[in-house]
Amino acid sequence: MLDGILMLLVLLNLFSLGSTRISASIRVVAYQGAAIGLVPLFLRGKIPGTMLLGIVFVTLLVKAVLLPGFLRYAQKRVNVRREEKTFVGVSTSILCGVAALGVAFFISSRLPLPFATASPFIVPVALSVSLTGSFIIISRAQALSQVIGYLILENGIYLFGIALFLEQPLLVELGMLLDVFVGVFVMGITIFHINREFEHTDTSRLSGLADWLPEERSLE
Amino acid sequence: MILLLFVIPFISGLLAFFLRNDLLRRRLLLSVACGHSAFSLYLCLFRGVDQQWLGFGMDALSRYFTAIFSLLFLCASFYAVIYLREEKSKPREESEEGLLFDNAPEAAFTGCLLIFLASMSLLALSRHFGLIWIAMETTTLVSAPLIYFHRHPRSLEATWKYLLICSVGIALALFGNLFLAVSASASGSGAELSLDRLLKAGVSLDPLWLKAGFIFILVGYGTKMGLAPMHTWLPDAHSEAPSVVSALLSGALLNCAFLAILRFYQLCLANGLGGFCRELFLIFGFLSMAVACLFIIGQSDYKRLLAYSSVEHMGILCFAVATGSAYGAMLHAANHSFVKGALFICAGNILAYFKSKKIADVRGMAHLLPWAGVLWFAGILAICGAPPFGTFLSEWIILKSAAASGNILLPAAYLFLLSVIFIAMTGIGMRMSFGVPGTTLAAQEYGGKKHFLPLLPALILLSISLLLGIYLPESLGRAVSEAAALLGGNI
Repeated sequence: MLDGILMLLVLLNLFSLGSTRISASIRVVAYQGAAIGLVPLFLRGKIPGTMLLGIVFVTLLVKAVLLPGFLRYAQKRVNVRREEKTFVGVSTSILCGVAALGVAFFISSRLPLPFATASPFIVPVALSVSLTGSFIIISRAQALSQVIGYLILENGIYLFGIALFLEQPLLVELGMLLDVFVGVFVMGITIFHINREFEHTDTSRLSGLADWLPEERSLE
Repeated sequence: MILLLFVIPFISGLLAFFLRNDLLRRRLLLSVACGHSAFSLYLCLFRGVDQQWLGFGMDALSRYFTAIFSLLFLCASFYAVIYLREEKSKPREESEEGLLFDNAPEAAFTGCLLIFLASMSLLALSRHFGLIWIAMETTTLVSAPLIYFHRHPRSLEATWKYLLICSVGIALALFGNLFLAVSASASGSGAELSLDRLLKAGVSLDPLWLKAGFIFILVGYGTKMGLAPMHTWLPDAHSEAPSVVSALLSGALLNCAFLAILRFYQLCLANGLGGFCRELFLIFGFLSMAVACLFIIGQSDYKRLLAYSSVEHMGILCFAVATGSAYGAMLHAANHSFVKGALFICAGNILAYFKSKKIADVRGMAHLLPWAGVLWFAGILAICGAPPFGTFLSEWIILKSAAASGNILLPAAYLFLLSVIFIAMTGIGMRMSFGVPGTTLAAQEYGGKKHFLPLLPALILLSISLLLGIYLPESLGRAVSEAAALLGGNI
């Protein structure tokens, strides 16, 4: 069952790379958050049932409900529907996603875990989710897509943490969840400001700051 | 007791959001800054006792870094109060394109400043890698609104880059922490992130995962520290933020990121991975110095110039650790903070007068603004490591240990980069301070008497650096060597 969830995560990765519609990407992030939130149920960890349910509940609430909800609100407010121009085409993106999966498996085969885990695929899948997130941040121009990429990156890290260290003190993990939540919130507010100031949220056109501007060169 | 360093700024920061009275809020900022720096200086200089409570505690390293950023914060908040008063009274115009713009509410600005101080204190106080990470992320989140104080497109762009790049960097550092937990569980004590217990576990940590963790931590927190090639947010944020904030980002925040990396380095030392870490420090250190050197030559914006100089000095710090001169690194961290703080405060004054960040527009400050002109040039000399200042002393110590390392290439390349930067920066400083004044724009509206007061914090910071170069008090010398001893260093 755990392997099933991990496989679902890999498929969602590829799906997120293949979609240029922002609303579809937000839905993918929500599903991904839900899948990761359910992971602790299948770990056969030695922690009390109420605490387990608590973790599952908080993770689902933040990663599958609150954050996607906020992103959807932001999308409506800045009114972007799709990624107009990606720096990398859709099919190339998916190929890169497959390559990232390969890289993740290679890295985790070189870094053997010093203890047994519930599934041998946790580390490679977590790494590939994070790599996919980083790739989306780099390859998309819309500010909202970059935030989505950041969330996917964080999802991968969270999966790594929760699947390997479920039995550890929770305070830190909750702090991390809170920080990600506030981080996305601050980014969202910044996007509102960008939208108001520039009347678009295309970050490839945010290029006012540079060391040598072309027009300066002609002045000198 | 030491937790007060975090709690008081945090609570008063929250309070500042709701205080309606400007005067009261500014007094709150100043009094918190005074109290904080008095307490942390006392801890650093006179009470070298390690304290511990839950996941919090202070050792020589954190006492030393807290004292640095706290002192800088005091001077910066003094300037901030003057600056906020000025900003309230005059219409605002964007320096590059002449657009009118608004400022963020002053309450939010002061509140964020105080919470920024609180989160840096939390970082210094934490003895747990998870807490360090949380504190680091918090510094990013509260400093973003500070950068976007002037509400115009350029600062917004800088804020977005800062937020995104640093968030990704810090996410990578989180991976580093998790790798550390994997490495710790090899020692049999379960996944542990507490610094003290990990230091005790020392050699029994799994070295492979620890190495992987260090790479992620160095890249992740290195983004925040401004190491090349992850420095790209830094010149934008430093040039577009109000000068007070630039001073704090450069003098305080970069050091805090360095502290977070050093914490991990301590573990690697305990595990016997010192050589591996020093190699990485050397690569990033040289790369940062070289990139900064390239961009300092021919720089056209004086705030960006200072920002690249920060990249250079972060490179020097890494280089110092790499050559085993932890003492030099500690001393240099303090010197860089004070001088860079002074320079950014000067830059704020220059910007207020000339209304331009272009180096070409600023000429003959010695005639127009005598105090700013002299302080600016002295600051430029100091940041380049000219003799009477403390930076000379620390850069000299680092050079000596590089020469002692046996590889002649290291000190040679270090000296070469430093001297190129020295020539480039003093040239620019000289033209700005002593050139023939061009057309004077707003000379009258900026009254003659007001010149000195906003420069006082810069003067104080520079004098501290000068003092450090001439005479190192015994208590301070002890604090520096105790901090360096934790990094396995000697002079």
